[in-house]
Amino acid sequence: MKKSNEPLWWAFFGAGGALSALCLPALLFLLALAMPLGWIETPSFEAASGLVHHPLARLFLFALISLSLLHWGHRFRFTLYDGLQLKHLESLIVVFCYGGAIVGSIFAGFVLWQL
Amino acid sequence: MTQQTIALEVFRYRPEEEHEPTFQTYEVPLKKEWVVLDALNYIKDEIDGTLTFRWSCRMGVCGSCGMMINGTPVLTCAAFLETYQPGPVRIEPLANFPVVRDLVILMSDFMEKLGRVKPWIITEKEKPVAEGEYLQTPTQLADFKQYSMCINCMLCYSACPVSGLEPDFIGPAAIALAQRYNLDSRDEGSAQRMEILSQDDGIWQCTLVGECSAVCPKGVDPAGAIQRYKVASTNDWWRSKLMPWGK
Amino acid sequence: MSHPTRYRKYHPKLYRTRMPIFWWVRKWTHIHFITRELTSVFVAFYAIELLFLLRTLTRGQEAYDAFLAWLQTPLALALNTIAFLMIAFHSITWFNLAPKALVIRVGELRIPPVAIAGMNYAGWAVFSAALAWLILSA
Ligand code: SF4
Ligand code: FES
Repeated sequence: MKKSNEPLWWAFFGAGGALSALCLPALLFLLALAMPLGWIETPSFEAASGLVHHPLARLFLFALISLSLLHWGHRFRFTLYDGLQLKHLESLIVVFCYGGAIVGSIFAGFVLWQL
Repeated sequence: MTQQTIALEVFRYRPEEEHEPTFQTYEVPLKKEWVVLDALNYIKDEIDGTLTFRWSCRMGVCGSCGMMINGTPVLTCAAFLETYQPGPVRIEPLANFPVVRDLVILMSDFMEKLGRVKPWIITEKEKPVAEGEYLQTPTQLADFKQYSMCINCMLCYSACPVSGLEPDFIGPAAIALAQRYNLDSRDEGSAQRMEILSQDDGIWQCTLVGECSAVCPKGVDPAGAIQRYKVASTNDWWRSKLMPWGK
Repeated sequence: MSHPTRYRKYHPKLYRTRMPIFWWVRKWTHIHFITRELTSVFVAFYAIELLFLLRTLTRGQEAYDAFLAWLQTPLALALNTIAFLMIAFHSITWFNLAPKALVIRVGELRIPPVAIAGMNYAGWAVFSAALAWLILSA
């Protein structure tokens, strides 16, 4: 048997897990709860555009979104194996999880490029 | 004064008589100083000599008396009967292992896995005795000491859902044992062990449920050993991909 | 690797069980585990929501306003509340487990696991504060 390629995905899983743990609670709370509930002021369209226009901001958002998706892909793959005992569908699950994360990342790159 | 008693519901499996296991209830004295193993020995001596189970040291050293008590793997020689009041106490063989008879499980698979990780000190060249001993500082000892405390009781395999789901998974104690030698300053075998553990049935099936470390009676923390191994294996993999000329 | 088969004289009729599909609902620690694993779904959910929010910025004021209006619907608020709780759980479990993988040494001294978890929480506070500052000052 040869060495597994798991380390590739595990590295993304780890990076995505850390980055999402650090950033998502604050972002979600502010943008998806505090803002719609009127606890904080909603930035105007121009202000929001300005905020994300800087290349560094876009790079950060790309890393955050794509790594979060890869984190999901890896973790969810094992949830399906262990939680539902679906390991016999391994190839299908791999395509769904990692494929989905990669498609999502490409889409994110595309959107952020246009900003 | 009448002696207080407690009921033990004991898993019975007699392959020559029955295909399915049953539970048999025994009423045993509830003594303050008794552990569950004492109660089992009382059953064997006074009530029913056919009950089969393993034990040896009665002091948490030999690792042979592990069973499921109320669904949790424990050393029965370290589990006081009193703590399970008012009962009944359900006693089953260690989960995730094939049962040979009553509370006795088959451990050959576990023994084979332990051997697979080459649990001995590997050196490139044996140092001649004349050159003296290998010296080790207390810090170097502290690096692996915790992993050397394992008594092979298999509680961690019983607690690990991944072990139950994937019989090929090499499992917590074997990986902790590999770390015990990898982290030993005298050892040079970590690359060989990496070959074995970075395969698919090595560390990668682990999803860090963490139960192995929770049930370990010796504080070995196999879950931590596996996580550190994942980091090491990942570094190793990326290095070999990014710098293939490296070694 | 091949492992030599050993011949066993007496073949006991072994009793084996199979794990039930829903093994993870039977114990508190397992429920905790499966919840932790399922947080990944919400991490992905919010990553995509964020992406769609960003996409409205490429499509003009109207799209932006429509998205903000959607965020105010009860459905969106309910989903985001659940997502927030799950992602917060993700953060907490993640930082608590980080010391298992991370062993840092300063010279001879091994940094205690609690300190490593503490550093993670401090990082969380710093990131949250920085993001809040950026958004609030926009
Ligand atoms: S690691 Fe702990 S639980 Fe596992 S076999 Fe060793 S002593 Fe027992
Ligand atoms: S009898 Fe030896 S560990 Fe319990």
